Amino acid sequence: MRTNKKLLGVSLAVLTAGIFLTAAFSIQAGEFTQSDLERWDKEFMSVVTKGDKLFHSAIGTNKVSCDQCHPNAANTHPETYPKFQQQLGRVVSLFEMVNWCIQNPLEGEPLLADDPKMVALLSYIHYERRGVPMAPGKH
Amino acid sequence: MDINRRAFLKTAGAGLIASAFPLSLVKLAFGADSPVQDFTFGYISDAHIQQIKGDKFVRNWDMGLIRAVREANLLTPRPDFFMFGGDLAQLGKKEELDHGLEIMSRLRGKVHYVTGEHDYYLDLGEYWKSKISPLYYSFDHKGVHFVVLSSILTYDNWIHKNWGDPMQRMLAMARLDNPDGSPFLVGEEQLTWLKKDLEKIAKAVPIVVFSHSPIQKIFKPWNFWTDDADAVQALLRPFEKVTVIYGHVHQIQYNQIGNISFHAVMATAWPWPYPESYTQLPNCLPKLTVPMNRADPFFERDATGWQFIDLSSGKTAMRYQLPDNTNRAVAYNTRTGRPEDLNYQEYQQRIPPQIHY
Repeated sequence: MRTNKKLLGVSLAVLTAGIFLTAAFSIQAGEFTQSDLERWDKEFMSVVTKGDKLFHSAIGTNKVSCDQCHPNAANTHPETYPKFQQQLGRVVSLFEMVNWCIQNPLEGEPLLADDPKMVALLSYIHYERRGVPMAPGKH
Repeated sequence: MDINRRAFLKTAGAGLIASAFPLSLVKLAFGADSPVQDFTFGYISDAHIQQIKGDKFVRNWDMGLIRAVREANLLTPRPDFFMFGGDLAQLGKKEELDHGLEIMSRLRGKVHYVTGEHDYYLDLGEYWKSKISPLYYSFDHKGVHFVVLSSILTYDNWIHKNWGDPMQRMLAMARLDNPDGSPFLVGEEQLTWLKKDLEKIAKAVPIVVFSHSPIQKIFKPWNFWTDDADAVQALLRPFEKVTVIYGHVHQIQYNQIGNISFHAVMATAWPWPYPESYTQLPNCLPKLTVPMNRADPFFERDATGWQFIDLSSGKTAMRYQLPDNTNRAVAYNTRTGRPEDLNYQEYQQRIPPQIHY
């Protein structure tokens, strides 16, 4: 009970400080600066770089890496997903195909869709395909 | 296996019958006095045998080479010899080369070997030379002069960078899309040798050159490229009939530059994307090329294969053996003066899987 009161006290203090700061620097939700853009891009590119490393590493059990078949992530066609994957008989997202490759040619364990490693792999794959128009469902 | 074997024999037989017609025409055009005889040879390439640990190797790549050898052993009549087009190993290790050679030892017939970069950059070809073949050499067969080049050399300053462990150099060259890689090179020593080797050959003698990388410039970022290709082409230009057959690209490619016909061979290990599939950089894939079918990743041998080659009056017809796909044939057309696919050359005849993007 005492702990809860203490927590409430701290929370109120943080909230007050937050309101004060907001008023003082006139930060508005939805507005951002050039330096925000640069910082966000840097955040994104750091994940792309992680994905690049994973894509070129043995992430399964047999030392095979993604880039052995997909140099520069070519022939992954991220812009065509989700699409009907005829071999599976249903519409799938790209992460399912990444897992298919991890499980089969790489003989590894699948990753959760929100596993930071999966997010990094998808970031790299999409980044190498930047500029290509979306074409969901395309074969 | 029985069904596959029957299906294969049937397909191979159909291929031979299909070849009879255009080949007989070429023979008439060439004249009866020629010492050049018609013959066939087989071509297996890019096995990329990869060690996991100890006696464990990547099953997928093993199976590709084993299948090619088994199928090639069914060829009747027997081809005069076989070529192996380079990249027997993935990381140039003795274990990988030995394991690859063991599988290749089941192939019935003489085999000539071409070096690939994956065979070379660990020990700069030492084990290859002691166990398999020189890096470059030539031989004559039934009136045709064959030249094997080691086109995967590169600049000394890259080779002798401070790598620490030579495996780091091997890994750097093994990575196809490595932005810190180095372009392939035939080099001065070999160019001098080639010039001398060709001096004694009459200009009417058909020349067939085997190299691992294309002796033409297609896409530098993946080394679908040889930096001194122009110098090699210049030495080949005086000859009437020249064919260059190369591996490395893991896909069907063909081209005609002046008197030189170019053909790529399939890998037994895995297919590679056409350069146009990487949209961030421009490429020079020969316009003549009708691409192979896009790979179905769920069938691990899809878009891999091997080939047997008809050499008729010094001109080549490539017969691509493609598991569970319609086999392809690309032959020199004497009318147009260039290699053409016997079924799909015209744009209207192409099928949707041949469209890459």
